[in-house]
Amino acid sequence: MSLYRDEAVVLRTQKLGEADRIVTLLTRERGKVRAVAKGVRKTRSRLGSRVEPFMLIDIQLYEGRSLDVVTQVETIGAFGLQIAGDYGRYTAGTAMLETADRLANAEGDPSLQLFLLLAGGLRVLAEGSHDPGLVLDAFLLRALAVSGWAPSFTDCARCGAAGPHLALSVASGGSVCPLCRPAGSVAPHRDTLDLLAALLTGDWPAADGSEERRRREASGIIAAYVQWHLERQVRSLRLVERGRGEGPRPAGRPCAVNGTTPG
Amino acid sequence: MYEGVVQDLIDELGRLPGVGPKSAQRIAFHLLQADPTDIRRLVEVLVEVTEKVRFCSLCGNVSAQELCRICSDARRDPSVLCVVEEPKDVVAIEKTREFRGRYHVLGGAISPIEGIGPDDLRVKELVTRLASDDVTEIILATDPNLEGEATATYLARLLKPMGLRVTRLASGLPVGGDLEYADELTLGRAFEGRRLLDV
Ligand SMILES: [Zn+2]
Repeated sequence: MSLYRDEAVVLRTQKLGEADRIVTLLTRERGKVRAVAKGVRKTRSRLGSRVEPFMLIDIQLYEGRSLDVVTQVETIGAFGLQIAGDYGRYTAGTAMLETADRLANAEGDPSLQLFLLLAGGLRVLAEGSHDPGLVLDAFLLRALAVSGWAPSFTDCARCGAAGPHLALSVASGGSVCPLCRPAGSVAPHRDTLDLLAALLTGDWPAADGSEERRRREASGIIAAYVQWHLERQVRSLRLVERGRGEGPRPAGRPCAVNGTTPG
Repeated sequence: MYEGVVQDLIDELGRLPGVGPKSAQRIAFHLLQADPTDIRRLVEVLVEVTEKVRFCSLCGNVSAQELCRICSDARRDPSVLCVVEEPKDVVAIEKTREFRGRYHVLGGAISPIEGIGPDDLRVKELVTRLASDDVTEIILATDPNLEGEATATYLARLLKPMGLRVTRLASGLPVGGDLEYADELTLGRAFEGRRLLDV
């Protein structure tokens, strides 16, 4: 019996038999691991809520023939209840878990970076210091970036011509110059491009200051970008609740700052 | 692989919840060796449940009639409604003999990862029911796991503006357990829900 220990985020759980669960974990060292947590559905279980989605845990497992078996769990970040206690956070957080699950499937798995992004993202989500939709969108962009699909929101994603550019093409990987611009490109508002760049680089003051309609436009582009790179649909993205957000609200930034409205 | 109908039986049994391929095989061979009259009785019961049992049109619980036994019982308190995920939760709560109100069965919990949102549950039916019934208190008794919590959060936000008293079942320490073994969430919840001792 070979024991090992790792840090992990619980991505999802499925019922198994009478009282067990199969838990899917994104671990720091070993990438994605599926393991059996025995007896956790019994109310007297010692593992209890520690192997629920959103939890950041220090876990010990032993290698089984098909699935590994959970033997001990200590909590590092009990994000579960703070996330489930707010519907916007819950739907945003679920989409983060599902996307991480899907990205960790990919070959050449960038698991450590993905693990750190997810653990950090869930912590921010649980604290409630930023709008859940923005936390989700920042995670999605950065998770795609560490998976090798970093978008560009300034220079042309095709030829590298210095930006900013008006047009954006999801299929081309972001902003495109007038020469490279393929059919079907969109022309987002300048503030939306700024918001996308802020989310990608983690510039929270800029992201928090954005207007609701720019957030909506940005989230649409990000969702299209996610779907473009993951063959199957991310189901929970459809159910994300937007625009009832919390955290610092935009102070109604005046539109007059930019005279032109592209598109 | 076994021949034709025997393999079909194993496959069908293997589709049941909690039955793996090994158990399916074991049950199949048990059935093959069992007394034919026993098997016929099992078949009759299976046919009967599929034909006769349906869901209560009011609360969604399993029922043999249009209205279930609880909904049609005039002695049950119509002012308190207990919201649960599944019919088996109704059975579990009924066993406590603590609750004298009525139920509303959602048919599951909100689980975006499975593609299940509020519209896929009997939430609309609940709201319709509240508009006409004389309910004053809602007890949210969804499972004490993350999906159950999130479902309760969603319902509380939806129902509170309707002027109802919305409560959630207390989470606490399991009776018969040791404090040191309790996980952080359970212990944290137990602190939140502590009660005054009348001595
Ligand atoms: Zn009923």
